[in-house]
Amino acid sequence: MLDADFFRRWMAATAVSVERGAERLTALDSPIGDADHGSNLQRGFRAVVAVLEKEAPGTPGAVLTLAGRQLISTVGGASGPLYGTLLRRTGKALGDAAEVGEQDLAEALRTGVDAVMQLGGAAPGDKTMIDALVPAVAALGDSFAAARAAAEEGALATTPLRARKGRASYLGERSVGHQDPGAASSALLIAALTEAAGE
Amino acid sequence: MSDVAEGVPGAGAEDGAKLVGIVLVSHSAAVAASVAELATGLAGGGATVPVAPAGGDGDGGLGTSSELVSAAAAAVDRGAGVAVLTDLGSAVLTVKALLAEGDELPPDTRLVDAPFVEGAVAAVVTASAGADLAAVEAAAADAYTYRKV
Repeated sequence: MLDADFFRRWMAATAVSVERGAERLTALDSPIGDADHGSNLQRGFRAVVAVLEKEAPGTPGAVLTLAGRQLISTVGGASGPLYGTLLRRTGKALGDAAEVGEQDLAEALRTGVDAVMQLGGAAPGDKTMIDALVPAVAALGDSFAAARAAAEEGALATTPLRARKGRASYLGERSVGHQDPGAASSALLIAALTEAAGE
Repeated sequence: MSDVAEGVPGAGAEDGAKLVGIVLVSHSAAVAASVAELATGLAGGGATVPVAPAGGDGDGGLGTSSELVSAAAAAVDRGAGVAVLTDLGSAVLTVKALLAEGDELPPDTRLVDAPFVEGAVAAVVTASAGADLAAVEAAAADAYTYRKV
């Protein structure tokens, strides 16, 4: 079973990965975006770690709703409301249970990903974070490791796609050949699940 | 806010009417402030519509600050609803996310689907005539149909 501590470790591990990967995320965001994805997420997840320490929410759902709210208010780019909505909706779907199972998390995350698709209007294949998250959620029923592999594969598979959402979509064919930064950061978020689980 | 001006006997219909508030959200603080100034200026000398810009990331850079958006919406809320116009990308997504939160924006706050500059002018002019939120929203959205050639 996964308790609030697991979810705090998940957020902390994500923050560490984002710190480590910030330069790469910003580099991915340079040719097809506005070169701020790494620094935006860095600011956001630093704030998430700080608020979780300060307020010490006691349930998995409360950890994720607070983290999501913090991302919406601190990021300043589109990734704030998108990741914020992902975590908030996932948290709300987990309810107020003190512990949740991996299947509960898989189902809740599916609700969160659906909410992100609705918010941004993106579908699989549009070269967005959805391309990493949808396969990850599908594989989460098997294991965290399978979800991690699916997310990483999904992120890499955005490279040949033509962007249909966000700023990169203005570039048309020129967006082809670059990995989507949002899909890359989504893969970090999912990979952090295995770290939180100590795998 | 108290409704001190409402229901005064013998007052004209619009004297006590609460005006719809307008919030203008742009990635750029300068753009939001300038469009607010433009729309207010073009609205002329009618009733003074509460208009608030919410531009930039709050630290002087380009982006969207949910705190600025929430503060602007609270500042223009007179109880008749708030129409929010945005430019693009994170401005749109931030307002949608705040609306989904439920308690971050005044009740009767709407994201209006409209072109930013033309929609803002239409919204402010319409609101200054004492129109309700639905009419302000319709006028702003109608700005999409204004062709220039």
